[in-house]
Amino acid sequence: MIELEDISYSYGKGPDLLSGVSLSLSPGGFYFLTGPSGAGKSTFLKLCYGELIAPKGTVSLFGRDVRDMTRDDIARLRRRIGVVHQDCQFVDHLSVTENIAMPITAAGQDPGAATRDIKELLAWIGLSAKADALPPHLSGGERQRVALARAVIMSPDVIIADEPTGNVDWEMSLRLMRLLTELNRMGKTIVLATHDLTLIRTMKQQVSARVLRIKDSRVALAGADL
Amino acid sequence: MKVTRFGIFTVLIGDRRADRVVPPSRGMARLTEFSAAAMAFLAVFAIALSSATGRLADRWASELARTATIRISAPPGQVEEQTRRVLEVLATTPGVGSARALTAEEQRALLEPWFGPDLPIAALPVPQLVEVVETGAGFDSDGLQLRLRGEAPGAILDDHTRWRRPLVQAADRLRWLGFFVMGLISLTTGAIITLAAQAAMAANEKVIRTLRLVGARDVFIARAFVRRFTVRTFLGACIGTGLGVGVMSLLPPGDADQGFLTGFGFSGTDWLLPLLVPPLAAAVAFWSTRIAALRRLKGLT
Repeated sequence: MIELEDISYSYGKGPDLLSGVSLSLSPGGFYFLTGPSGAGKSTFLKLCYGELIAPKGTVSLFGRDVRDMTRDDIARLRRRIGVVHQDCQFVDHLSVTENIAMPITAAGQDPGAATRDIKELLAWIGLSAKADALPPHLSGGERQRVALARAVIMSPDVIIADEPTGNVDWEMSLRLMRLLTELNRMGKTIVLATHDLTLIRTMKQQVSARVLRIKDSRVALAGADL
Repeated sequence: MKVTRFGIFTVLIGDRRADRVVPPSRGMARLTEFSAAAMAFLAVFAIALSSATGRLADRWASELARTATIRISAPPGQVEEQTRRVLEVLATTPGVGSARALTAEEQRALLEPWFGPDLPIAALPVPQLVEVVETGAGFDSDGLQLRLRGEAPGAILDDHTRWRRPLVQAADRLRWLGFFVMGLISLTTGAIITLAAQAAMAANEKVIRTLRLVGARDVFIARAFVRRFTVRTFLGACIGTGLGVGVMSLLPPGDADQGFLTGFGFSGTDWLLPLLVPPLAAAVAFWSTRIAALRRLKGLT
C-alpha cells in the first residue's frame, strides 16, 4: 500500500533528516510513529502522502512510484489518503459541514448527495450541534474531530494523522484514539505520529499496533524498550 | 487541449462550490473593477482615435487620389489660348477621365477665405486652374508634364501627390497608433490583473494548501480565482465602456469634412466598436489569471 525503499530526505543542503529508510505499511495496519521533536516524523508522513518527494530512493503509493505521478495524479491519490494535521488546516469562512464536505467538492462531486454521510459523521464525532459553526469558534478537541471527519469523508484506504492529540487534553486524546481505533477495525490503515509515549502505551493495550521509532535519521520498529 | 475543460464558457457559467472555497475580498474586487473600468474608458478613446483617423485617411486618399490640377500662368492675352491647348492635350492623354477649366466664380470661391468676397479677380493676375480627374489606371504625370511644356509653356501640373502622400501617411500612422494604444491598454490590463491575481493567491495560500491537501486539482483551485477576476473585469469594463461612449456622445458630431478635431469620435456603425471592449477585457483577464494561477500552483506541493 505504502512502500518506502532506501529513502533519504534533507531540507536544502542540510544533513539528511531521514536516511536509508525502507519499510512497507500493509493494508489494515495500525502504526504509531514516534520520536523526539524535529526527528522527522512530519517529513516521513509528508513523503507518505506525496506532499514531499524524496530525491533518493523510491516511494510507492498504491503500487505507483510517486515520481512518475503528475500533480493531478497526486491530487487524486490524496482522495485515497485522509490526512489530519495538528493545526487542522480548515478554511475558516466555511462552516463545519462545508469543511467536512471539502474533499467531495474538490473532487468535483456534489456535496449535497453526501448530506446523510456528513450528518452521520457529525453524529459519530459528537458534533451534530456544531454543523453550522465556523472553525474559529471550535475548541481544540472539536477541531481535531472535525479534521478527522473531513479525512474520512471520501472513505480513504489510509488515514495519516500528524500529532492529532498535540493540542488536546488527555480525555480528548483518548476519545480521538477511540475514533481512530474504530476506523482501523473497519479496515482502514492508520498511521499516527505522536511523541506521547504514554498515549502509545495506553493504546497498545486496546489495539494491535506497531510502533515505528525515528532515531538518528532512521526508522525502525520499536520493541520492548518503548 | 485543457482549455475545453476550463474554458471561458465554463468560467462564465461558474461553479458556486469552487467559488465558495476562496474567501471574498471586497477591496480587491473594487480595485479590479476600477482598473478595468479605467482601462476600458481609455480603450474607447483609443478606438475613437483609430476610427477617426482611419476615416480621415480614407477620405484624403479617395478624394484626392484621382484628381490633379494644372495651373496656367501666362501673360493676359495668352491665358485663354494656353487653356484651350491644355484641354486639347488632356483630351488625348491616356488615363485622363475628364478635364475642365474652373470658372471665374469657382476661382473666386477658392480665394474667398483669404481675400474676402469682393475680390476683383479679373483685375488680378490669378492663374487659370484646370481640374483633371483621372481614370482608374491613372496617367503618366512625367509624360504629361513634358507635353504641356511643349504645347503650353505657362502650364504647371500639380498632381497633389507631393502633399497628399505625407498627409495620408500621417493619418495612417495615427490609425496604427490607435491600435498600438489599444494593445498597450490590453497588456496593461493583463499586467494589473496578473498582479491582483498573484496577490489574491498569496493572501489565500492557506486555503490553497488545504485544498491541495484534500485532493483538489490545480484546475479546480485556479477556476475559483479565474472566474472571479474574469467576471469583475467584465463588469468593470462594461462600466468604463459605458462612460466612454457617454462622453464620446457629448462631443460635437463627427463631421469629418470639418477636419480632424471636429471629426474625432464615432460615426455610423463605428458606434458598435466599443461593444468589443468588455469581452476583450474579460478574455485578457481570463488568460492572465489562468496563467498566473497555474504558475503559482505549480510552486506549491
